[in-house]
Amino acid sequence: MTVELDFMAVLRDWPMLLAGVGWTLGLTFVATLIGLIVAIACAWGRSSGQRWVTIPVGAYVELMRNTPFIVQLYFIFFGLPSLGIRLSPPVASVLAMTLNLGAYGTEIVRAGLMATPKGQIEAAQSLALTSFQVFTRVVMPPALKRVWPALVSQIIIVMLGSAVCGQIATEELSYAANVISAASFRTFEAYIIATIVYLCLAIGLRRFLNWLGPRFVFG
Amino acid sequence: MVQFTLWDIIRNLLIASQWTLVLSAIAFIGGGIIGAILLVARLWKPKLVELPFAAYVQLFQGTPLLMQLFLSYFGLRLFGIQVSVWVSVSLALTLYTSAFLAEIWRGCVAAIPKGQWEASGSLALSFGEQLRYIILPQALKIAIAPTVGFLVQVIKGTALASVVGFVELTRAGNMIANVTYAPFTVFACVGLMYFVICYPISLLARHMERKTYASQR
Repeated sequence: MTVELDFMAVLRDWPMLLAGVGWTLGLTFVATLIGLIVAIACAWGRSSGQRWVTIPVGAYVELMRNTPFIVQLYFIFFGLPSLGIRLSPPVASVLAMTLNLGAYGTEIVRAGLMATPKGQIEAAQSLALTSFQVFTRVVMPPALKRVWPALVSQIIIVMLGSAVCGQIATEELSYAANVISAASFRTFEAYIIATIVYLCLAIGLRRFLNWLGPRFVFG
Repeated sequence: MVQFTLWDIIRNLLIASQWTLVLSAIAFIGGGIIGAILLVARLWKPKLVELPFAAYVQLFQGTPLLMQLFLSYFGLRLFGIQVSVWVSVSLALTLYTSAFLAEIWRGCVAAIPKGQWEASGSLALSFGEQLRYIILPQALKIAIAPTVGFLVQVIKGTALASVVGFVELTRAGNMIANVTYAPFTVFACVGLMYFVICYPISLLARHMERKTYASQR
């Protein structure tokens, strides 16, 4: 039996694939931006030692890390409307991705915070910096530098995980592949191309973030 | 019309969750075997296997698991191999797991000082003997914690099998939510069940990690 693969039938719909890539990157960008803020805030809260902070933050981190992303997404998209919270597919997707990255990021950033030498904090305090200043100027930059490779990997995992968001009709790359495959009956080819694009995005995003980190995040 | 009580929901989810566990076990054991073979090949002929090994790992770590599941599902059919969804899902998850485990274990072996290889080589141990008596006993010790930790990722990964129609915990949750019109309760239960399965494993992995580092100090 011979199998004919017709990739052109899929590539003819390149504007749709491109739009999908745009959505995937857009969702990832927003989720990364907010997710990292959540992660830093939670890591700070968790390292503060105040019980009324550490217990809820710990519960959030463990719940997120020990349940599948797709279930989190379904819960937000299908479950929350029962509480009167009705979110559009892209908003639900971004929310799920943000919460997910926030939880994993918390643990990563916390590992970086714990490696801060105590003397640095004491030195900063002796220079009359406020505790907020100590955190943002003295503790955070080297901590982020230490854990940046791990954060980059996590951001890429979230980007790849966003393929699931097509299941709630967010029009990202895997959704575009799904629509094209339904229209052209070239299902295998459509997913092959989408997979190759994801691979390129993952490699490109890693390079970009490795370049970005030292220049803008913890310069 | 059939009325679903909370107990009905939980009972049906519990029944479905055994397929999550079976699928996880298949992927983890199969992936472990293939991962081990890949690793041994890479250690045996580093120059020859290094590049294909890296490409294999990048391929599975750099693409969404969902796409891998789709490709396995539609690909096998396209090439005329009529198999059940069981086989295509197991295949994708096994290959996915093998790539991650091989890479984790490669890191553990790389953590063994080079002198151990050289010393055992100078004692005229063969490659197999070096692995068996010198390298693997040390590498296994540091490999256990991250391996157990990755098991959580595998269990969560099986949730994606629901998308291609494999009935496990998530799929069952979908179906029950559609029947009962109670998605909030159902997906909360589904999430909770994953949590009940995964959290003890996470705790175990963390405990082991602490023990590993404590013994190295």
